[in-house]
Amino acid sequence: MRRHLHAEWTKLRTVPGTGWLLLAVAGLTVALSALAAAAVTCPATGCGTDTTKLSLTGVQLGQAAVALLAVLGIGGEYGTGMIHTTLTAMPDRTTVLTAKAAVLAGLTMAAGTVAVLGSVLAARLILPGSGFTSAHGHPLPSLADGATLRAAAGSVLYLMLIALLSLGVATAVRDSAAAVGTVLGLLYLFPIIGHVVSDPHWQRRLWQISPMNAGLAIQSTTELRSLPLTPWAGLGVLAAWTAAALLCGGLLLRLRDA
Amino acid sequence: MTGTLAPSRPGVRTGFGRLVHAEWTKFRTVRGWVIAMVAVALVTVLLGLFSAQGSHSSCGSGPVETACPAVPVGPGGEAVNDHFFFVHRSLTGDGAITVRLTSLTGIITYPPPNHDEIVPGVVPWAKAGVIIKDGTRPGSAYAALVLTGRHGVRMQHDFTGDTAGRPGGASAASPRWLRLTRSGDTLTGHESPDGTHWTEVGTAHLAGLPATAQVGLLVTSPGDLTVKQGALGGSIEQSRFTQATGVFDHVEVRGDTSGGAWSHGEVGATGTQTDWEKYHRPAGVERSGGTFTVSGSGDIAPRGSGEGIRIENTLTGAFAGMILLVIVAVLFVTAEYRRGLIRTTLLAEPRRGRVLGAKAVVIGLVTFVTGLIAAVVAVPVCTHILRANGNYVLPVSWLTELRLMAGTAALLAVAAVFALALGALFRRGVAAVTAAVVVLVLPHVLATASVLPEGAAQWLLRLTPAAAFAIQQSIPAYPQVTGHYVPQDGYYPLPPWAGLAVFCGYAALALGLAVVRLRRRDA
Repeated sequence: MRRHLHAEWTKLRTVPGTGWLLLAVAGLTVALSALAAAAVTCPATGCGTDTTKLSLTGVQLGQAAVALLAVLGIGGEYGTGMIHTTLTAMPDRTTVLTAKAAVLAGLTMAAGTVAVLGSVLAARLILPGSGFTSAHGHPLPSLADGATLRAAAGSVLYLMLIALLSLGVATAVRDSAAAVGTVLGLLYLFPIIGHVVSDPHWQRRLWQISPMNAGLAIQSTTELRSLPLTPWAGLGVLAAWTAAALLCGGLLLRLRDA
Repeated sequence: MTGTLAPSRPGVRTGFGRLVHAEWTKFRTVRGWVIAMVAVALVTVLLGLFSAQGSHSSCGSGPVETACPAVPVGPGGEAVNDHFFFVHRSLTGDGAITVRLTSLTGIITYPPPNHDEIVPGVVPWAKAGVIIKDGTRPGSAYAALVLTGRHGVRMQHDFTGDTAGRPGGASAASPRWLRLTRSGDTLTGHESPDGTHWTEVGTAHLAGLPATAQVGLLVTSPGDLTVKQGALGGSIEQSRFTQATGVFDHVEVRGDTSGGAWSHGEVGATGTQTDWEKYHRPAGVERSGGTFTVSGSGDIAPRGSGEGIRIENTLTGAFAGMILLVIVAVLFVTAEYRRGLIRTTLLAEPRRGRVLGAKAVVIGLVTFVTGLIAAVVAVPVCTHILRANGNYVLPVSWLTELRLMAGTAALLAVAAVFALALGALFRRGVAAVTAAVVVLVLPHVLATASVLPEGAAQWLLRLTPAAAFAIQQSIPAYPQVTGHYVPQDGYYPLPPWAGLAVFCGYAALALGLAVVRLRRRDA
């Protein structure tokens, strides 16, 4: 396994895109979060904004870079034919996929941590200027607060799960472009369709099975009772999608010719 | 002339039509792409069917289901609210009504911040004034000259027409005189501070107004709207009962009023009364001498998107179709790089810009036709299912429906060209697909289903390619109607064609950059 990990790490490290994509994960997340924080104001009469969730808005953009990174982690090998060499050198395909997953998870966690910390820091700098002060009932988002810590750590886990989900889909689909399209469709379409269905029962159900809506419940810190799922259960839904995708990809990798 | 290189040599056809034909052959002979385009249409239609099937609605209280009350439709074909208290008499032929309005007051039930008492107050679009209307049937044609709660005097007609007059209110010390004159099909509103010096506010042409119309006084007051942030993103709107009371005197009707004396009644009455109306002041009129004190609630206005299902909801599947489409359009160019076909292509047509142009024409046309077929099927079928499930689908004119269908097809076509350009620009399918999907779909998700404030959501839909979805907006926003006009309710900040034009600009820019890059770089 150490050999596998080392091999995957070397491959990922030496592909030119990886560094840029990791930068993009952090940069895009912080940029959109900062823009979102700059866009809100809180009048003196008070406002119901969930500042923690708002300050982590950028994760919705950063996840696209994460998906791209993870899809290229295996899709790139299929594109260039490198996968044949990989599987010749390391015939145990499950271990190959596990090693890829471990390396990608580690890298995403690192970039995600930078992204989330940067977003929270940006919010702490920007929000007080727009009326979000303790006097208005909005103390600064702080990691010392349990709910905020859960939201921040959960967002890092969310990004990691998105990376593994993308890896699973890309392993099953084998074409990078189609895989990234599938992943982004899976993430972004549920919120749009759920918004249009007028039946509240269906709306809640779609929300509950949507990897992005349910997964991002981990960022909520206010009005938790009106959420269709608790934050951790929501992240669990995403984890289930990820497990299914990895399982599916892993099985196909074992059963099919490369 | 020293040049010997002619752009086209004899015997070799290098016309653009030839290029388009070549690209079309490339497209149609890849089976996966053709299947994917069929899937684009299928996904669009099937998701529409799914969401239509999942939407049920019924009227009645508790377990007792009743037929939903009919929604009045205005002369322009739009769904309207037509609910007000009307003191009226018949007027045959030309004539005029003149009144003096000395007071406009009202009550608002349980407004914020504490929501615990009934307070005196007039909502901004409460109306009191004079009206000439084609009978008392809700939805019939009218022209009215009214004083509003906070928007001064307005001349309004047929629910959508609105012309501003002088701002300000009315009191015993500074009354407002209002006069509405009928001359054939033309109705003219005048106002005056003293009953002697008159200013014209506006005119309206009501084609087909019968010779005998109802003329009289109207008072109405729409609900007091507040909006709060919803937990699932978006917002929750609440409307509370209000009532307005107008005091009129010096009421004078000129013309043939032989049809009878004053009568009165509530137009568009719902049959239910609020506690305020039961125990304090019902909608009605009190007459003492020449003074009429009229109270009423409701509105005379087009219905907003919240009061029914918008027809563009039947095309939500286009988002899913678009993602599939983006993949096909990107592969249409990047597959050539992967297989090395691009070198043959550029050998056959060395003017590289034209190659990309031909590709754009092919993918754009194929997509437009696919999208149009999907839309033409999805809109009527899903509308039918929605109505069969008891939902009220807001009616729109056939022109709007046509714009919705053709506009969605055009939107998909531009999306395909945009994705193609990104593919040529990046030369890597995966990067192009990610960029195209993020740029097209994410702004919409952020604008409608996140905790972003409304102002930011509107800027997103002005500046990003997602502005193009404005082409699907079927219910316009009316400044003269109190409403919560936000993207999540189907109101876009740009007019339909302007929104699509923003996206066309992005697509043209991407295509231009792609051509420059294709020319400058080795293939």
